[in-house]
Amino acid sequence: MAEDKAFNRREFLHRGARLTLGLSLAGVGAVAAVNAGGEKYVWQIDPFKCTQCGRCATDCVLEPSAVKCVHAYDLCGYCDLCGGYFKPGVTELETGAEKQLCPAAAIERKFIEEPYFEYVINEDLCIGCAKCVKGCGSFGNGSLHLQIRHDLCVNCNECSIARVCPSDAISRVPASEPYMIKGDFTENQEGEDQA
Amino acid sequence: MKRQQQLLILLFGFLLMFSMAGAQQRFPKPEFESGYMQPDTTTPEPRAAAMEFFDVLVLIGVMSLATYLIIRKRSRRGILWLTVFTLLYFGFYRNGCICPIGSIQNVTMAIFDPGYKISITILLFFLLPLIFALFYGRAYCAAACPLGAIQDLVVIKPVSVPSWVRKTLGFIPHVYIGLAVLFAATGTDFIICRYDPFVGIFRMDGPYLMIGLGIALLLLGLFFARPYCRVFCPYGVLLGWMSRFSRKHITITPSKCINCKLCKDSCPFDAIEAPTDEKVRTEQAVRKNMRSYVIFGLLVPVWIVLGGFAVSQSHVLLSRAHPDVYLSELLIAHPELKSDTENLDIQAFLESGKSMDQLVEEASVIRGEFRTGTWILGGYLGLVLGIMLMNQFILRKRDDYVPHKRDCFSCGRCMDYCPVDKTF
Repeated sequence: MAEDKAFNRREFLHRGARLTLGLSLAGVGAVAAVNAGGEKYVWQIDPFKCTQCGRCATDCVLEPSAVKCVHAYDLCGYCDLCGGYFKPGVTELETGAEKQLCPAAAIERKFIEEPYFEYVINEDLCIGCAKCVKGCGSFGNGSLHLQIRHDLCVNCNECSIARVCPSDAISRVPASEPYMIKGDFTENQEGEDQA
Repeated sequence: MKRQQQLLILLFGFLLMFSMAGAQQRFPKPEFESGYMQPDTTTPEPRAAAMEFFDVLVLIGVMSLATYLIIRKRSRRGILWLTVFTLLYFGFYRNGCICPIGSIQNVTMAIFDPGYKISITILLFFLLPLIFALFYGRAYCAAACPLGAIQDLVVIKPVSVPSWVRKTLGFIPHVYIGLAVLFAATGTDFIICRYDPFVGIFRMDGPYLMIGLGIALLLLGLFFARPYCRVFCPYGVLLGWMSRFSRKHITITPSKCINCKLCKDSCPFDAIEAPTDEKVRTEQAVRKNMRSYVIFGLLVPVWIVLGGFAVSQSHVLLSRAHPDVYLSELLIAHPELKSDTENLDIQAFLESGKSMDQLVEEASVIRGEFRTGTWILGGYLGLVLGIMLMNQFILRKRDDYVPHKRDCFSCGRCMDYCPVDKTF
């Protein structure tokens, strides 16, 4: 009889605890759900905030980094003397590796017509060091810029580059608009302004 | 004509943008005569976007199947195969992200940071394993956790660890989850993800230190089964609370326990409790323990205050983990570093146009949050300690070998070893 009563009491307490835990779980869920959005987020670099510090090349969990240089061709001046391709101070425009800014020789230079040259990033070689971005920004139009490539990015819960980015240029963006390509990016903004 | 207009608008947009950015379009885009086609800038789709809801379905599926295998089918073999599937799918295929363990931080951030929108999938990843645990025990740990799976599969020669060691080590997860919540709430860091020892192995890439730690834990796991789960896992704290009061739970034997002790030897986690020794559990001892239990119960508020006080002493130290606090302290202590062009953080701060006063102000706000946070963290740890001490004095009567509902991972090894089962 006494054992029965003890058991009932324990069972009663357990039910109470279960209910409390269930309700607190529902509470936490509800409070978090207030801040919930339907969409998944991915990480991306705002090219206008980026200071080309070079940490994208070293701090990604992937080796080589999921950050690559992309080329917004609309902005490119197709210069012969490209600030993103040649090291500063190069006078003879020879394409030897020692003249190139890119440590991985990932930029391919192609003659189009006098006096224009096309520059294409070979993403398999690019390490995301932003040296060319800095060069292009300093001496050219700034058409080269860094982006997180989502075919490579494993979308860590917290991006390890974002944590060390000195200018807070990396943030979560909706997965439906996962890129901030310089040309498109401004085009969108322009569209918004008009609307 | 239309195209020209578009081009003009576009060009105007660029000019506007560049004038805003303080730079000029130095070189106009050339007009090619050779029929050159400008290549498109490619934008590959995110890998994970399409699969997010599918992952939730797989999680529900695996946990439901695990529950069925544990409660109904009583099949250790089934759980084992499910573990292999989880390791391959959630581990090596999905690269272990996002997982319920890390989701603690996302949920915390969703509560504390109004600017952060948590995705429904992550919220479900956080809630579903806990709901399952509340009804059926830790089915998630049994088969759906990739970190648990990789460790469970290397359990070769588990050794039994003395109870006091286990109980002492059992305090660490509380510290871990407390710090993780504190750091996530203050927007400092996601420490659970950063110090996840196995995600580097799943990705076959990552910092050498963390991969090394993962391998070391796996080697340790040959003898001390599931070391991460038992000594570190912060999500295990929450699962443990739920499972402790779960509605149903794995039972070792399908009918009557014959006290053969085979199950206790089979459990690699020391999570099976032996029947009470009636020589120890005398009426006198029960009464004496009851008194101690009440006394220690009354001491709990003291632990909470002491814990809060003790941990809050570390708020200055802990707040330095936040980059803004660190930077402001560094610049106050060493103003000459402002001319150090090698220091990227300082240069980026100087270029950002933010004033020193603003930085110091922001840092002091964050430090204030840390002061409050460490008081709460300390209070929580005091409470945990108090309850742990109280629990020392519980002498519950047990006639059979039963799983410890909080610590049991529902892996099903004991069911497999129970000889009673074989007669059916």
